[in-house]
Amino acid sequence: MGTFHNDLGELHGITVVVDTAGPKLYVGRCHEMTDQKVVLHDVDVHEDGEGRPTKQEYLKKAALYGVWKKHDQLIVPGSEVLSVRRLAEIEESAT
Amino acid sequence: MPYDPIMVQPMRDELTQLGVKELLTAADVDAFMAEKNGTALIVVNSVCGCAAGMARPGLREALRNQTHPDRVATVFAGQDLEAVARARSYFADFPPSSPSFALFRDGKVAHFIPRHKIEGRDPRQVAADLTAAFETAASAVAK
Repeated sequence: MGTFHNDLGELHGITVVVDTAGPKLYVGRCHEMTDQKVVLHDVDVHEDGEGRPTKQEYLKKAALYGVWKKHDQLIVPGSEVLSVRRLAEIEESAT
Repeated sequence: MPYDPIMVQPMRDELTQLGVKELLTAADVDAFMAEKNGTALIVVNSVCGCAAGMARPGLREALRNQTHPDRVATVFAGQDLEAVARARSYFADFPPSSPSFALFRDGKVAHFIPRHKIEGRDPRQVAADLTAAFETAASAVAK
C-alpha cells in the first residue's frame, strides 16, 4: 500500500550519501540517479574544512539520527560524484 | 501540497485498526504526552511507499509481542501539519523524519528510529528493531 515508485532506479526514495572528490558531501533522499546527475530531496550538505567535523565524523552522526535539511532539492552533477551509498549502510560499517 | 485525504485514509486505517490513537491536533498531542508514566510510542506516519509501506506492517508485527508500549499514537506527516509539528517538538533534538518512531519512557525520549533506518528494509526487520527498543524501555521502567 502506498508505493509510489516509478522507473527512477533502485535508490529512488532512499536516503543516500553522495560523496565527491572534493570537500563536499551530500545526504538526502534520492529522487533520480543517472550518469549525468543525482537528484536529491531534503538535502544537507557537509563541507570539510578547518574547525569542522571530517566527512567521517559527520556521517557517523548522520547515520544515527538523520540530517537537518538545508535544501528541498539539489542536483549533484555526475562529474562531481565519487560514490553513492545508502545512509543506512554507513552505520553498519562505522560501528 | 497534501495528498488527497481519500487516498491517505487507508494508510491511517492501517494503524488505527491496530488500536493506535490518531492525534489530529496539537491539543491531541499535548493530551497524549501529558501522561508521563510508563512507555509511549508516537508513530509519524507518511504516504511514502518505500519506508512507510514497511513501517506500518512492521509496527503491526511488533505490537503482537508481549512487550509493547503502554500507549501508542500516530500523527500523519504532510496531512495533519499542526499535530506533526507539535509531536516533533517533543523529540526536537532529532531531525524531522517521516516515517519515524519516537519511543518515550516516563515522558523522555528513549529511542528514535528515523526514516533511513526503515526504508529498504522489510517489515520483519522493522519489527525486530521496534521490539528491541520496546524491551529495553520496558526493562528500564521496571527497574
